[in-house]
Amino acid sequence: MSELTTTNNGPSTWQRFAARARSVNPIYVIMILLLLGVGYLNPRFLEVNGFLAFLRRAAPIMILTAGQLYVLVSGGFDLSVGSIVTLVVIGGALMIDNDPANTWWVILVLLAGGVVVGLVNGFIVAYLKVPSLIATLGMLLVLRGAGLYWSGGAPRGYLTDNFRIFGRGNIENLPLVDKFPYAVIVLAIVGILATYLFHRMVYGRQLLALGDNPRAAKLSGVRTNRVRILAFVISAVSAVIAGILLGGFSGVNIEAGTGLELQAISAAVLGGAVLLGGSGSVPAAMAGALALELLFALLNLLGLPKPLRDAVQGLIIISAVAYAALGTRRSK
Amino acid sequence: MTTVSLSNMQQRIRASQIPPVYAILVVVFVGAIIIDAIFGRGQMLSGPILTNMVVRSVALGIVAVGQTYVMIGASIDLSVAFMISVTAVLASFVMQGDPNKVLIAVVIVFLVGILIGLVNGLIITKLKVNPFIATLGVGLLLKGFLNASFTNFVGAVPASFQTLGYGEIGPIPVSILMLLGVALIGGFILQRTRYGAHLYGVGGSEEVARLSGLRTDRVLIMAHIICAITAVISGLFIVSRLRSGAPWVGPDGLYDLESIAAVVVGGTALSGGKGGVAGTIAGVLIFAILDTMFNQIGMDAFLKQFLRGAIIILAVASYTYRYKGEVA
Repeated sequence: MSELTTTNNGPSTWQRFAARARSVNPIYVIMILLLLGVGYLNPRFLEVNGFLAFLRRAAPIMILTAGQLYVLVSGGFDLSVGSIVTLVVIGGALMIDNDPANTWWVILVLLAGGVVVGLVNGFIVAYLKVPSLIATLGMLLVLRGAGLYWSGGAPRGYLTDNFRIFGRGNIENLPLVDKFPYAVIVLAIVGILATYLFHRMVYGRQLLALGDNPRAAKLSGVRTNRVRILAFVISAVSAVIAGILLGGFSGVNIEAGTGLELQAISAAVLGGAVLLGGSGSVPAAMAGALALELLFALLNLLGLPKPLRDAVQGLIIISAVAYAALGTRRSK
Repeated sequence: MTTVSLSNMQQRIRASQIPPVYAILVVVFVGAIIIDAIFGRGQMLSGPILTNMVVRSVALGIVAVGQTYVMIGASIDLSVAFMISVTAVLASFVMQGDPNKVLIAVVIVFLVGILIGLVNGLIITKLKVNPFIATLGVGLLLKGFLNASFTNFVGAVPASFQTLGYGEIGPIPVSILMLLGVALIGGFILQRTRYGAHLYGVGGSEEVARLSGLRTDRVLIMAHIICAITAVISGLFIVSRLRSGAPWVGPDGLYDLESIAAVVVGGTALSGGKGGVAGTIAGVLIFAILDTMFNQIGMDAFLKQFLRGAIIILAVASYTYRYKGEVA
């Protein structure tokens, strides 16, 4: 460090580094600390394959969080995503009907179904002016009822191997890493697309403007209804993708998606998204989701009973948001 | 009926301060009777079924009154379902079937409820945490502690305590009187006391309320405590009917989301400052009528859930769709 402090003209490298460090979203620091914590307790975790296996498990919630972020930034909530995940798992198994040849069109139908659900959510909020909390809560009940009715209330059929490969399969016999999970490839593609659309395209700016001040956005020419509806479509489609991965990872279960909507909202908020809109970042939200999963893994390794995880999660999200809220108040 | 007398009637309804949700309530009720007469057994109007319909809405109705308070204050409480569980489990755990312990158990659960409401209010007002996240987090905390300490039904309430759930005074169940009492007191405080006026002020515009000298934090904390108290009363009612409490009684009843839905269907805006207990009770009764009708015509339980979701959206849309501004 001594050679750095010798340069007297202009901010030193260290000062520049410190300034940049302060602008880094704290979620990345938290994520790395958790990563080191888990790695310390279970060294296999820090090996490439151990970490990839963990990413495979975290992929569905990370994808769900990326989609949820779009709706949160627009100023709304999407509570329907958990029931979309459940419906994808249940409906996928029923439509495939144990014939692997059906898998491909079923995946297309599921994705199209996601688009429809997102359009309906968005239409109800944008045109019928129903607050999204209520609109997507209603949709949650509608989809949960539909899924249970369709399956008769118990999981039936199973997902074929060529469907499940996305959630649990690996590309085998690779150099360097030996095997690479398909889910991580899906995660990377979704993550890059979601980040690009949000941070590099006009749509992302329009969404931020809409969430920050809907009236101002409208007056400056943003087609607010379209922007809002597209956010719900992105959220619903990401839920379908998450459902396909989760169904692959853990099989058919009528509780597959229960509670995931709140976990995704918590994760996005951990990543610095502001509820009621206007601020957020896709990579940070996904890091928030990963941090939450790391936290669960850590608590598990520490031998904490499973129910206490909920308590810790509750404590963490309150503290994170309080920290952010008090921080912005002080800086004003 | 000429248009003149129609608008005259509209004016009179407006003047009488009956919330518009009562029009929906009447339509739903008449519709339910007709559908039941065609597809069901045509017994919707019989005494026992009507009574049962109201009894089934007691637990949701009481907690929805409290939810009305926080939502008028532009807040929200997602922790009520777990507060109900905490109350039910704690009450039956302390009572252990002993009539002499009823009083102490009731005192304990009310103190715990008030404490949780206070914590919710403090996190929201002092730590500036969004109410959605604050009460979601507190709910998770309660869930964690509950599930870590209890896995199944614990303890029991004594027979005397079950009067709350099953007793009758004359032809009227005690539980209905309790709902009526909570609704009347809740409505009275909102409409006729200074505190009620302050709460509407805080919900309408926190900034304006603060600048005109209100201690807005205190007003909102109080609303959260009131909400917690109603959750405790609901929990006591539920445990008196179940004889014993289990950690899942609150979340399984979806009391968090359903109470919010009932309040919004009743005409209270999510943005706060508007609404009232009378509307909320109508919202709860609409759910109860639909449930009863679905049972009468023997509808599949899952289809019921499907329709319930659709009806919540349509009911709220019926007053929001004319709004010109942006809604998120």
